[in-house]
Amino acid sequence: MPNLKPGSRFTSDVCTTEVIVVKGAGEADLRCGGVPMASAGSASGAGTPAPDAASGTLMGKRYVDAEETIEVLCTKPGDGSLGLGDTLLDLKEAKPLPASD
Amino acid sequence: MMLLEMAAAGFGDRIAVGSLDDGLTFQQLFDRAGAAADRFRAAGADAVAMADVSSAALPISLFGAAWADLPFVPLNYRLTDDELATLAGRIAPAIAVVGPEATGRLSGVDGVSVLDRDALLVDLVDAIAPSPEWDMEGEGTAILLFTSGTTGEPKAAVLRHRHLVSYVLGSVEFMGAGEEEAALVSVPPYHVAGMAAILSNVYAGRRIVQLPAFDAAAWVDLVRTEGVTSAMVVPTMLTRIVEHLDAEIADGAARDGAYLPSLRSLSYGGGKMPRPTIERALELLPDTAFVNAYGLTETSSTVALLGPQEHREALASDDESVRARLGSAGRPLPSIEVSIRDEDGTEVPTGEPGEIWVRGEQVSGEYRGMATRLTPEGWFPTHDGGWMGDDGFLHVSGRIDDVIVKGGQNISPSEIEAVLVGHPGVSDAAAIGLPDAQWGERIVAAVVRSAGSTVGADELQEAVRAELRSNRTPDHVAFVDALPYNDTGKLLRRVLRADLADLGDGSTQ
Repeated sequence: MPNLKPGSRFTSDVCTTEVIVVKGAGEADLRCGGVPMASAGSASGAGTPAPDAASGTLMGKRYVDAEETIEVLCTKPGDGSLGLGDTLLDLKEAKPLPASD
Repeated sequence: MMLLEMAAAGFGDRIAVGSLDDGLTFQQLFDRAGAAADRFRAAGADAVAMADVSSAALPISLFGAAWADLPFVPLNYRLTDDELATLAGRIAPAIAVVGPEATGRLSGVDGVSVLDRDALLVDLVDAIAPSPEWDMEGEGTAILLFTSGTTGEPKAAVLRHRHLVSYVLGSVEFMGAGEEEAALVSVPPYHVAGMAAILSNVYAGRRIVQLPAFDAAAWVDLVRTEGVTSAMVVPTMLTRIVEHLDAEIADGAARDGAYLPSLRSLSYGGGKMPRPTIERALELLPDTAFVNAYGLTETSSTVALLGPQEHREALASDDESVRARLGSAGRPLPSIEVSIRDEDGTEVPTGEPGEIWVRGEQVSGEYRGMATRLTPEGWFPTHDGGWMGDDGFLHVSGRIDDVIVKGGQNISPSEIEAVLVGHPGVSDAAAIGLPDAQWGERIVAAVVRSAGSTVGADELQEAVRAELRSNRTPDHVAFVDALPYNDTGKLLRRVLRADLADLGDGSTQ
């Protein structure tokens, strides 16, 4: 099972999705396309997302579980949906702040 | 460093810094940062200093230092040779990246080796492998920033990786910028806004265009030639930009109200913005979104924002309480808490003035070699005075140390200054307290008349009396040619007090 810490990176085994952990620590059943994600660089990339986890990921968006115990940031989009166990993660709707720098 | 690696992996072919035809891509910036890290490590230094104006070597050095796990220390190259050498000596052993002007200035300092900035810009053959060691909660010091030292010896504020990552993740969307966007950075590297500009824009995927030495004509020219879409300025810069645009108009430049058509967003901060300047800027640039950012070095830059919509609503409103929001710092960032406290550290009711305290993961409140300034509950007392309106808008009145105490009354210089600058015969003004045996302090206003103005002291005193209470009326008005500012637009009240010392009665209390 993936071991999460902020900054750790995971790759989907069934699509091009890559994420970086923003919040959350310890073992968690982080999935993409219904299949456990692999540490960056060790994904096989074979296979296809499960039909109920195939709505895709969006570049630069953040995804959270219902309790907001984990939060990941999508650094490469793909066809699979992110999940924690069988539950899909939600897209975190953040109102973008105006550029101040 | 991790932020740059994400940028290189996510959009490596975009231009990160420079012009579209000869700038560095994010991947090239990443590779050069890796090569710089090798050099920094080989130097056996404990810190990477930089005494130079903005160039591509700046982001390379900043990220290269992070890669080598060394603090990056941008030094104020405008200091005297002695001051610069003293600061460099405080962080030795260090390697200092310098431009051609500064080579000789640091070469004699013990424990400081010098590296020419051009050495960091050369083409590289081999790509550099990323390090697995970077994380987002790093305790290591990312940036040491010497405070401007307007009140004493400069302190070195410590910004750790976790502070900066919190700031960027909390306020910027990854790859949130379109490919056509470009940010013009004209604040110097040793200002926290100059550092924040690099981190935020790299993470957003926005091209950075640098203006090494601010000049209003050059700034306006760069916005037009580089198609700049966003920029950050300090108040004195905006005043000069407005003057420049007004001079163009007076010279008959017909642009049909589109003076800077590419500029979608203009943010400002780093000091009190004169209301006439911002109102005129809003008129001149009707399609530009204005953002007022309030923050401090010790808080990793911005903690509160007045957004574009709020600017336009305030300008259009007849209600003075809504219009007054133009003078506010807006609302705190979602990741930041703000509390207004009295001298005992007790929270004051909404609307009451006090000291601004802030709390959040980006807040450092730490200086090198000193105990943390954070309270046990994690609050940072900013030393800025202010109040929170019922509408949730934060108003900043200035440094607490600048408050004038006359006859037991605390008087904020900013409210007097706002009235004076609002007078058509005045182009700039500052109010200070000078010793007075009877009242403790007397109020002295230093006023710069606008061109052709002959306004007198009586008229200005009457203007303040009419708008504020009579105890706010300046006891003296001194007309001066210019006010003393440092190069990042901070008014040097200490210098002004010394210059006008004769207007006090010399009493000490």
